[in-house]
Amino acid sequence: MSDLNKLTIAEARDALAKGDVTAVELTEACLGAIDAAGALNAFVHNTPEIAHAQAEAADERLKAGEKVSAMTGIPLGIKDLFCTKGVASQAASRILEGFKPEYESTVTTNLFDAGAVMLGKLNMDEFAMGSSNETSVYGDAVNPWKVDGRKLTPGGSSGGSASAVAADLCLAATGTDTGGSIRQPAALTGITGLKPTYGRVSRWGIVAFASSLDQAGPMTKSVRDAAIMLGAMAGHDPKDSTSAAIAVPDFEAALTGDIKGKVIGIPREYHIDGTPAEIEKLWDDGKAMLADAGARVIDISLPHTKYALPTYYVIAPAEASSNLARYDGVRYGRRAKLGAGDGITEMYEKTRAEGFGAEVQRRVMVGTYVLSAGFYDAYYNRARKVRSLIKRDFDDAFAQGVDAILTPATPSAAFGLGEMADADPVEMYLNDVFTVTVNLAGLPGIAVPAGLDAKGLPLGLQLIGRPWEEGDLLNVAYALEGAAGFVSKPGKWW
Amino acid sequence: MSIDIETARKVAHLARIKVDEDHLPALAQEFSNILDFIEQLNEVDVDDVEPMVSVTPMRLKRREDVVTDGGFPEKILANAPDAREGFFAVPKMVE
Repeated sequence: MSDLNKLTIAEARDALAKGDVTAVELTEACLGAIDAAGALNAFVHNTPEIAHAQAEAADERLKAGEKVSAMTGIPLGIKDLFCTKGVASQAASRILEGFKPEYESTVTTNLFDAGAVMLGKLNMDEFAMGSSNETSVYGDAVNPWKVDGRKLTPGGSSGGSASAVAADLCLAATGTDTGGSIRQPAALTGITGLKPTYGRVSRWGIVAFASSLDQAGPMTKSVRDAAIMLGAMAGHDPKDSTSAAIAVPDFEAALTGDIKGKVIGIPREYHIDGTPAEIEKLWDDGKAMLADAGARVIDISLPHTKYALPTYYVIAPAEASSNLARYDGVRYGRRAKLGAGDGITEMYEKTRAEGFGAEVQRRVMVGTYVLSAGFYDAYYNRARKVRSLIKRDFDDAFAQGVDAILTPATPSAAFGLGEMADADPVEMYLNDVFTVTVNLAGLPGIAVPAGLDAKGLPLGLQLIGRPWEEGDLLNVAYALEGAAGFVSKPGKWW
Repeated sequence: MSIDIETARKVAHLARIKVDEDHLPALAQEFSNILDFIEQLNEVDVDDVEPMVSVTPMRLKRREDVVTDGGFPEKILANAPDAREGFFAVPKMVE
């Protein structure tokens, strides 16, 4: 078999089971593709020794005829936000330079126990704060899709994960999503990205950004792969107090493609001024595809949608300012060089000034401000109340019988790297306008590639599901994927 | 809401981030723009709305208050920029 790195998880699983390929062959194909893709800057710490050892172990289990997980022998990329034992885990930040965890995150532990293979760590926005992968200490990750000779963003924060999967450097990758960081880059690179229900996947060992919003999920080449990989990532974990003690169903078994009678809600508030006609058309096409498949498409209202972004930009920075207080130059990572007479306060202030990039500093300080005495009620408590209203909007829609909600995934296709450099930070925040509500309400959401824009760049649609019903959501996504028939791949230039 | 330079300086200090004096005006302007964006929330009627504590209606789990892990100081110190004799080392704090 050739081009083994281009396989989906499901195809590789079947080929491994039949003995047509070995995990070592799959791994070597991916390592070769990674070596040839330096221009994408997707992989930032390669771990070929670990990959070889894990692939050999997987082959032994397969050869012994053991009953194995579908993830056995599957080569993956791991976002740099996940702590991986003995392997650099920097959250793409200078302040974690040299940090090699003594422990393994629960998600990577689960994946490795299932037999998956780690190829290396993937680029991302610093501390997952960004929508373009331009805030990384490793430099920009680059979208494999290209037009007009411009280098485009793969989106963010999981930009390296999206770029690596779209360019077939790995079979799939882990991502994390706090305001859209799985779904937005998936949409901009033509792949599938799933953010599970809050609490479905353990956060333990994942560098924390905003703990009430953060959730890890799979970034894959197909909806089926997302179902397979989520099954291996998910599960109750006593080490994360918000991890739900709920059984993990067989998500792949839910993929029947039959959505007859399902009720799909179209929220009128997601028609936003300035949305390009192409995005509106894609959305209309998506509605028609689901209706053709037998679903009932109805208009719904989520009245507090317009307040989701301002709510997010209180809550996420507030939580970030608390979570990032731990980076003090004492226990791990970088410590600034101190001048004569500098005390501990100077050490903190200099370490954090040179260790954090501009966007991280901005959010930590905004968070510090909204939590400070005298402003806590006006900003933080008010945002928490509006968050309750945003969640209530979704609860009401689901109570009316809505099974899933269809929206655009992003307000535009991929934009050029550097093109937003002079923009106000708030303009960059608008990238998350369709995705951020889902984090605030703790719901599962998935981006599915659904078409190309006039320039030939991928566009995605988002489906939002009921809490804990990822199986049902994946099945609707599977029907949409089948109807959209998106098969385009970026032309190889790297 | 407009943030003045004095407030920007105070916030930077509370966040323990050193900001150069000549960068404070730009920082104050950025804060002001972000806070203007956030102030849309004042339009929302939040009377009688409970602030969200947990996005999933779930009781925080409890466990016995016992030691479940530990006994590996060398691992704890392995990533420290400066560790000596089993301790994290920091600049002098008390004169």
